[in-house]
Amino acid sequence: MINVLFFAELQESAGRDKVTVEADGVSVSELKSRLSSTYELNNLDYAMIAVNEEYSQEDTVVKSGDVVAFIPPVSGG
Amino acid sequence: MMDKNYWITEEPIDPADCIGKVTRNEAGAVNTFIGTVREFTKGKRTLFLEYQAYVPMAEKKLAQIGSEIQEKWGNADIAIVHRIGRLEITDIAVAIAVSTPHRADAFDASRYAIERIKEIVPIWKKEHWEDGTKWIGDQKENTSYDAKIPSEEEMRDD
Repeated sequence: MINVLFFAELQESAGRDKVTVEADGVSVSELKSRLSSTYELNNLDYAMIAVNEEYSQEDTVVKSGDVVAFIPPVSGG
Repeated sequence: MMDKNYWITEEPIDPADCIGKVTRNEAGAVNTFIGTVREFTKGKRTLFLEYQAYVPMAEKKLAQIGSEIQEKWGNADIAIVHRIGRLEITDIAVAIAVSTPHRADAFDASRYAIERIKEIVPIWKKEHWEDGTKWIGDQKENTSYDAKIPSEEEMRDD
């Protein structure tokens, strides 16, 4: 199982801050397209992706237990 | 206050906490940057702000900024705290303290720290106006997120 986290506007669009999905061995980009259709998230493409708290590329393959976070453009400070 | 130099808090920030963490014999300068909640942006009144963070990653990225400063400027001690939750006008959202042997490095490094926070640290603010709300996105507006990983070169122009 993969734990997926949503933040800020994505969290509001998805209506939840986290979901658990069965996606062992799947690339981040495939996971993204699955989530986009399941939760009707049309703004996922603007988000950066972090796997286990490090920024990662779309071709990163996730494994069970990983935490994938979708990070909209940040606005701290 | 935590026993670490890079942290996220839900409590009001006391900049003295950051200053105390970087004060040392070798330093001839401690520079602080304090980011506060502004009431008017381009004529529009903010009622209050709401900050959210991916806390464990945000603290890691703040620590990364500290490491980058030490690589660039050598002898520097850094402490950074960012607040989340509801913040009122004039509240402190972020405090940075940098100590170095000489003042120029302390000024430059604290500027670098706040610019990097706006690039790589997973913290978001939601504006609450009289007529609505909005999660604020990329404030730099000159950055391509095509690469998905912000680079060191993506410093703000303003």
